[in-house]
Amino acid sequence: MRASDAVGRYGERVAVAHLEQAGMVVLARNWRCPLGELDVVAMDGACLVGVEVKTRRSLAYGHPIEAVTYAKAARLRRLLGQWLAVHEVRAESVRIDVVGVLRPPSGPALVDHRRSVA
Amino acid sequence: MPLGRTQAVALVGLEGHVIDVEADIAPGLPAFVLVGLPDTSLAESRDRVKAAAANAGCPVPSHRVTVNLSPASLPKHGSSFDLAIAVAVLGAAALLDAEASAAVVHLGELGLDGRLRPVRGVLPAVLAAVRAGRTRIVVPSANAAEARLVPGAEVLGAVTLADVVRVHGGQARQPAGELSVPGMPGAHGRAPGRAGGDLADVVGQADARRALEIAAAGGHHLLLLGPPGAGKTMLASRLPGLLPDLEPDEAVEVTAIHSISGTFDPAHGLLHRPPFQDPHHTASTVSVVGGGSGLPRPGSASRAHRGVLFLDEAPEFGSRVLEALRQPLESGELVIARARGVARFPARFQLVLAANPCPCGLSVGKGLECRCAVAARRRYLARLSGPLLDRVDLQIQVLPVSRVQMVSGTAPEGTDVVAARVAEARAVQASRWRESRWRTNSEVPGSELRGRWRLAPGTTRDLDRELDVGALTMRGYDRILRIAWTLLDLRGGTTPDRDDVGLALTLRQHTRQAA
Repeated sequence: MRASDAVGRYGERVAVAHLEQAGMVVLARNWRCPLGELDVVAMDGACLVGVEVKTRRSLAYGHPIEAVTYAKAARLRRLLGQWLAVHEVRAESVRIDVVGVLRPPSGPALVDHRRSVA
Repeated sequence: MPLGRTQAVALVGLEGHVIDVEADIAPGLPAFVLVGLPDTSLAESRDRVKAAAANAGCPVPSHRVTVNLSPASLPKHGSSFDLAIAVAVLGAAALLDAEASAAVVHLGELGLDGRLRPVRGVLPAVLAAVRAGRTRIVVPSANAAEARLVPGAEVLGAVTLADVVRVHGGQARQPAGELSVPGMPGAHGRAPGRAGGDLADVVGQADARRALEIAAAGGHHLLLLGPPGAGKTMLASRLPGLLPDLEPDEAVEVTAIHSISGTFDPAHGLLHRPPFQDPHHTASTVSVVGGGSGLPRPGSASRAHRGVLFLDEAPEFGSRVLEALRQPLESGELVIARARGVARFPARFQLVLAANPCPCGLSVGKGLECRCAVAARRRYLARLSGPLLDRVDLQIQVLPVSRVQMVSGTAPEGTDVVAARVAEARAVQASRWRESRWRTNSEVPGSELRGRWRLAPGTTRDLDRELDVGALTMRGYDRILRIAWTLLDLRGGTTPDRDDVGLALTLRQHTRQAA
């Protein structure tokens, strides 16, 4: 599991860099509660965004984005509600984004950012 | 992204409806949504389309894909929508020219490797498409011959999804002709309507042969009653050989039914010979009249449309099966209602029943050999209900063949000779009824026979008396008139005389003494 943990952490670093470049302010990373874990919590203007990051090294098992199902996206939305309940943050709206990071054996990582999936 | 559009055909019974297939690709989590009343086999199409597109070298994009089959209220079933769905999705993904594919009808099932598999019911589907003005049609190459039978259709037979993508100006990785062409499943074995032997093989049985000729000439229903081994089955299987070829419009109709049931081999073109169906007596009602879950499929009775439905050992059939045949015998059509829709299948067949006179089968003539109890004997034939038998015009006893008949010198007439006489009699009927839409005497309504074509009172005297004493129903009366006309057509003349009517009466009541 260590190798894949390392890939996951690498993917999250790439994703955070991508989000910050897109003008979002990262508030928290790897926030855990009994319901599960939010990879990244960020503000996009006045909108609070929960971000799920999926990283893969090849397309052999499908695109990383495909690994996020609607059920999972719905769970992330509940998690974001939990996060709001314990933090003093005000947001006009909330949304869930998914960032797929594909890290081929050579060359730069490919980032695919899907906004507002749930 | 553009909207992907193309067309397909949904079959309800024999009727085809042109379906617009449209696909939209929206940002979001990857999903493939299929809407527009698909059934289970059609919903599985999503997974086939995904795999086939990937293996053809143009994968479905991992976005939110929505495919709509419209009109959305019409239930759709089967795998023949695969190709149209794939083309619409790839059009939406701009992997092929959506404009080019919009006006083309696509039919076919996809294999996971991108190969196009043949489907049932291509003939009626293409017919419906052409009637709706959609003449450009893409079908699996194994169905191309069948689709080309429809006049006016511009048919393209494709081997793989990649072929179709290239036709519409897209790029596909899979080279042409790499995969072999899969054959049509189920269209093996005997072609429907193959003549079952020559009439010359039947020894003796002059009465029964005559009845067979009359039945063939006028399209009358026939009951053969006799002991085991007398030749009932042999006689019945020779009936299709006596019937003339199907008219072109009949041929299309019959072929369409066999295309839906998957019993049609397009290699031989349209079916031009009358079909022959002989379901076993254990057959269920659904297998004979058609049916099935969801939307119904045709049964033996419809597959025998414009041909012969032969029920050997008729009393052994379930009574529900026999009674279910009463409706098509009157209307020439089977209407099957299910929760999800009503399907109509034509079923204008000629019914031939064969039966033993009793369980042991020996109760012929004086019946001295018969070992059955009286009650058992009575019960046996009573399984053929009155209403059913009332619809059977010719009821003939087939007696065992004696040695004298077997060795007697004259060779029996062959199918060719009798078929020629039948054809002549049919020609006479066609010219007599040409103003109306009837083709044979058996189709003429009784009101016409008793109205415009009324016979002289002297001619029908015997018949009138039978009706008066209640030995005959009104329907039976009409049916005897029809046979009388057929007898006339076989011997030549202008109008049936008293002898024709008398003979028709005996041919119908031949079995009454035995029962």
